Amino acid sequence: MARFFLKHLLFLLLTLLVVSLLVFTLNEFSPGAVARKILGAYATPEQVEILTRQMGLDRPVLVRYVEYLGAVATGDLGYSTRFKLPVREVIVKHLANTALLAAIAFACIVPLSMLLGIVAGMREASRLDRAILMFSTVVASIPEFALGVFLATVFVVWLGWLPGTATLVAGGGWSVGAQLVLPVAVIVLFDAGYVVSMIRASMVEVMQRPYIRTAVLKGLPFRTVIVRHALRNAMLTPITVIMLQINYLVAGVVVVETVFAYPGFGRMMLEATLFKDIALVEAGALVAVFLAVVTNILGDLAYIALDPRIRV
Amino acid sequence: MTDAPLLEVQGLQVTYTTRAGEVPVIPGLSLSLAAGEALGLVGESGCGKSTVALSIVRYLGRAGRITGGRIVFEGRELTTLGDAELRAIRGRRIAMVYQDPMASLNPVMTVGRQLMEVPMTHEGVGAAAARARAIAMLGEVKLADPAAVMERYPHQLSGGQQQRIVIAMALIAGPALLIMDEPTTGLDVTVEAAVLDLVRELRHRHRSAILFISHNLGSVVRVCDRVGLMYRGEIVEEGSVRQIFTNPRHPYTRGLLDCLPTLGRDKRHSPLVPIPGQVESAIARPAGCGFARRCPHVEAGRCTAHPIGAVTVADEAGHRVACVRADELPRWTRRHDAAAATEPAAAGEPVIAAHHLTKTYEPRRRRRRFGAARPPVRALTDVDLAAARRQTLAIVGESGCGKSTLAKVLSGIEVATAGGVTLDGVEVGALSVDARSRALRRKLQMVFQNPDSTLNPSHTVGYAIGRALRQLQGRRPGDLAAGVARLLEAVHLSPALAARKPRHLSGGEKQRVAIARALAGDPDVIVADEPVSALDVSVQAAVINLLNELQATRGATLIFISHDLAVVRYLADHVAVMYLGAIAEFGPVERVFAPPYHPYTEALLSAVPVPDPDHVGARILLEGPVPRADEALGGCPFATRCPRRLGAVCDDTPPPVQRLAADHRIACHIPAAELRRLQAPLVEPPAAGR
Amino acid sequence: MSTPAAVGALGVSPPVAARLRRLARWRRRLRALGASRPAAVGLGIIVVWVGLAILAPAIAPYAPNANDLAALAHPTPSRAHWLGTDQLGRDLLSRILWGARPVLVIAPLAVLGAAALGSLLGLTAGYYGRWVGVVITRAGDIVLSFPVIILYMIILAHFGSSAWNIIGVLTLTKAPIIARIVRGMTIDLREREYVAAAKMRGESALYIMLVEILPNARGPLIVDMCLRTGYNVIIIGVLGFLGIGLPPPDPDWGGMVKDTYGMMMVWPHMSLVPCAAISSLVVGFNLLAVGLRELGLRD
Repeated sequence: MARFFLKHLLFLLLTLLVVSLLVFTLNEFSPGAVARKILGAYATPEQVEILTRQMGLDRPVLVRYVEYLGAVATGDLGYSTRFKLPVREVIVKHLANTALLAAIAFACIVPLSMLLGIVAGMREASRLDRAILMFSTVVASIPEFALGVFLATVFVVWLGWLPGTATLVAGGGWSVGAQLVLPVAVIVLFDAGYVVSMIRASMVEVMQRPYIRTAVLKGLPFRTVIVRHALRNAMLTPITVIMLQINYLVAGVVVVETVFAYPGFGRMMLEATLFKDIALVEAGALVAVFLAVVTNILGDLAYIALDPRIRV
Repeated sequence: MTDAPLLEVQGLQVTYTTRAGEVPVIPGLSLSLAAGEALGLVGESGCGKSTVALSIVRYLGRAGRITGGRIVFEGRELTTLGDAELRAIRGRRIAMVYQDPMASLNPVMTVGRQLMEVPMTHEGVGAAAARARAIAMLGEVKLADPAAVMERYPHQLSGGQQQRIVIAMALIAGPALLIMDEPTTGLDVTVEAAVLDLVRELRHRHRSAILFISHNLGSVVRVCDRVGLMYRGEIVEEGSVRQIFTNPRHPYTRGLLDCLPTLGRDKRHSPLVPIPGQVESAIARPAGCGFARRCPHVEAGRCTAHPIGAVTVADEAGHRVACVRADELPRWTRRHDAAAATEPAAAGEPVIAAHHLTKTYEPRRRRRRFGAARPPVRALTDVDLAAARRQTLAIVGESGCGKSTLAKVLSGIEVATAGGVTLDGVEVGALSVDARSRALRRKLQMVFQNPDSTLNPSHTVGYAIGRALRQLQGRRPGDLAAGVARLLEAVHLSPALAARKPRHLSGGEKQRVAIARALAGDPDVIVADEPVSALDVSVQAAVINLLNELQATRGATLIFISHDLAVVRYLADHVAVMYLGAIAEFGPVERVFAPPYHPYTEALLSAVPVPDPDHVGARILLEGPVPRADEALGGCPFATRCPRRLGAVCDDTPPPVQRLAADHRIACHIPAAELRRLQAPLVEPPAAGR
Repeated sequence: MSTPAAVGALGVSPPVAARLRRLARWRRRLRALGASRPAAVGLGIIVVWVGLAILAPAIAPYAPNANDLAALAHPTPSRAHWLGTDQLGRDLLSRILWGARPVLVIAPLAVLGAAALGSLLGLTAGYYGRWVGVVITRAGDIVLSFPVIILYMIILAHFGSSAWNIIGVLTLTKAPIIARIVRGMTIDLREREYVAAAKMRGESALYIMLVEILPNARGPLIVDMCLRTGYNVIIIGVLGFLGIGLPPPDPDWGGMVKDTYGMMMVWPHMSLVPCAAISSLVVGFNLLAVGLRELGLRD
């Protein structure tokens, strides 16, 4: 067990180092550019040079990188020029918002897609299966912003049942809860479409296996065959996919956040890159990668837990 | 005991929906099975025998359905049964045992749970009682330490153990009918013998009727009272085992018996007579007899116009044949072409030899996932053998004996860890195929086992052979067509086949193309790794004869690897019997197949299923664990299972190699004279006429 | 009469016969494709869009960037503008038609690039195994572990978003996925006997990878490429929506949504139309992929 964790921990550290180095290098390669970004377009070349030297930006990249690592290790992630706050505060606040959205969405996606995927896969080519397959294919084909636009058109413009933005500031007659409905719905629909097709495919494959034939020919009722024999086998591959969705829910939902003006992590990153807020971009990238690798590890663990063939 | 049969199938018709349309796989089949009776259903691939079994339990899948006929079981009509009643019968009154036991068991559920499900579902017993029943059943199928086995997962058990569990699962509810669909195909010979014996014993104890489906006549003979032979969806002949073997009436049955190698036949005295053509499927079934195209006795009009009905053979009750000419054919006797007997070719200088050949594999992962270091896997230990020009050396053994590794080291796909291989005087043991010169590569080529994966499905036949010509003989790309045509003709295939892709060819044709490809460089040595094991019986004979013929005409040496002792007996001049990486016995084939035997050879020979009802044989069953390939062994590898084990000397000291007359070697602590005294001959010598 | 029979009967010369056989093969493939309803519908949608994109200069009623100030007051669909106009008075139908062109060029090119790069990497990783395989897979894992949107934001914001940059970024991020698929199949295929037979002929590793193994990895690869193309269309739309897509004023479907969704309460059609365009195109690719997968299974 120890070896497993050690190996993955090393990989995590390696990934973080590589990514942070890449992002750092990308952003800070030309020292003058950094200072120029800070001072804005109207700075004179002399001012840029003074600031560059003041900030120590004319030293070699690697030196600055190591310094940066040192700062990160002590928890100092820098100062955000866009939000005018320490980077740590900015990230924590936005990450918390995204976590809320992600948690609700995840809680909806997992049971919904499992149910649909299993029901579709257990009787392949039945009418229910075709319907679910078509539905999930179509829904996964509509980009999140388009889904947002469609749903908003119906529920906000025509029916007026829900608010069009989710700034998390209760006001204008809409509670926070009502604000969250549409963003969650969009995320759930888009992502579930994909996960349903994965689970369905796995279920279809499992149902062809000989041990299902054995179970049926033992005289077991269909429900027992599905729940006791097919289910655990069918979930082996999708479990890692589901774990990876957490990754998507944290950073990939930037589109939904933009549509509904939700102050989440993805939107923060977008603004950071567009406004050239270097410290925030670097720190945000680190956080995103960290989460990605952790969810990878969780997925591996889940796979080991489910499949007795993997354990020694 | 009532008079009505337990199972009665009348006029069963089954149709499959395929991309080629509706195919009547079974046009009309009838059979009946009395309570407690064992009926064997024998046929080659595509004949529909599994379809019959699956029709009885109504598990034909989406594409198949029963379109006519009746299936009456215990007085009830199965074809119209509702779901709930069907479920009550499955697993309880009718149970099934399958071909691939590993795939038939749920990999993520313990074996015990899978067993307990049956009585808990059908008889409503509680968990504790079900557990007790399961443990008792595991004892009945002779699994050691049943309580521990209950907690195992299927992948932790061997193939033989898995099959015993499937059998236990089938019998635990005491079914009246047990359907076994190729239950021992894929198991080693000695394991198969033990399982078949178990089935016989359990059948008598539980008084279940058995429908035993197989392509292997020998296995069927061991278990069944009656046999039905199927071809293309119909039963062409049916009768008691004795009737079928002493008086076969249908040309297909006779053809099969003529082309089956048995332990007493060899190539010089009783050549195999293959059935011409290939095994045909149910698509495009002709109006008359399905066998007409391949039948040597066919008469146009009589045989091809109308469907053939079954008639009872004169004076033999219960023996039915579906052939209009059945009464006209002479009585069948096994062919002995004494006149064609040729003298064995004089042994010459060895063309290829292995001395002290050892091959160990380092495990891929140095350490177990969470623990200690893994030991290396010993695939070959100190192997010595040689084959001369124009000779056939057979290497025989069960799975894990190292014969495939030996083939790989000889051909250069793997490199020897220690010891050497000489090919025509050149030391090649350390040379992998990439390192060998083109001249060396030409000298040794391989033919592989699986016809479906031996040819690249994306390349045409002509490309595959042409490429071999180009690489091995250095021909120009434009110069290949003539060479390809000539090679195809040498393996008795039409040159027009060069434009086709493998998926249009039958198994036998693909294997012939593989042989043609190996011949492209005119090799001195052909290493054939189980070349016929995956082919249908009626096609095997043709390919075996082809190999024989090519060896004679080209003067090549054939190294033939197989697990099938009958084929080995037929084809080989010399035999090496391998067990766990070491050679147990080596010598000319007549001497190896006669006493004194190495105890393992003895066990192998007695385990081989022989398609002869009179064959008794001393049934030697091997008990005891098989050492794992990565365990370090101090003594004889066979010591853990040897029925003639002397004592501690067998465990601690490697056995001495005793050299008997005429190149015959046995590696055993028991002196040869003592073995000769103890052992009875297991094989009748080739028929008189030499 | 089947083609081989015809060839034999008419006594056609071999090269002509070969061409006839190839035609027959394509016709069979198309007919097989028609057997699956999703595949047929998907292919139909794609063909329609490709046709519209190619013909856009000819059939678009207006220039895509021309402002019709008169229509500003009533941008909703009318006889002059069948789909209405956007917030600057530009005809939506024309902008949709013209906007299909960059999408239908960038998405497939990116997929082809990813397929080529990914196949090479996957073949190498799968064939050689051991440390080569480990290095390539780990590198791929590092790329994949990055949430792609953020990667796009960082790279495109830094280097600017021209068409080639977008293709490059899409190729780099999709190649590891394809490499993983190809690697898995290579590991399986390299144990086949025909590979051993090729080794016994003395074929080089490159030959074995490209000629023996790769053609047999076609099936799942083609299905995946279809899915990737659809996904790329989504990503191009997303990039446009986030403001890091192709620069204005050229019509970019995502960009069109970005500019107009703020006015949804008043003029919903301005954002609905480009959304529908993107969705329909992606649905086409996904349906085709579903159909292809079904056909592959049914064989």
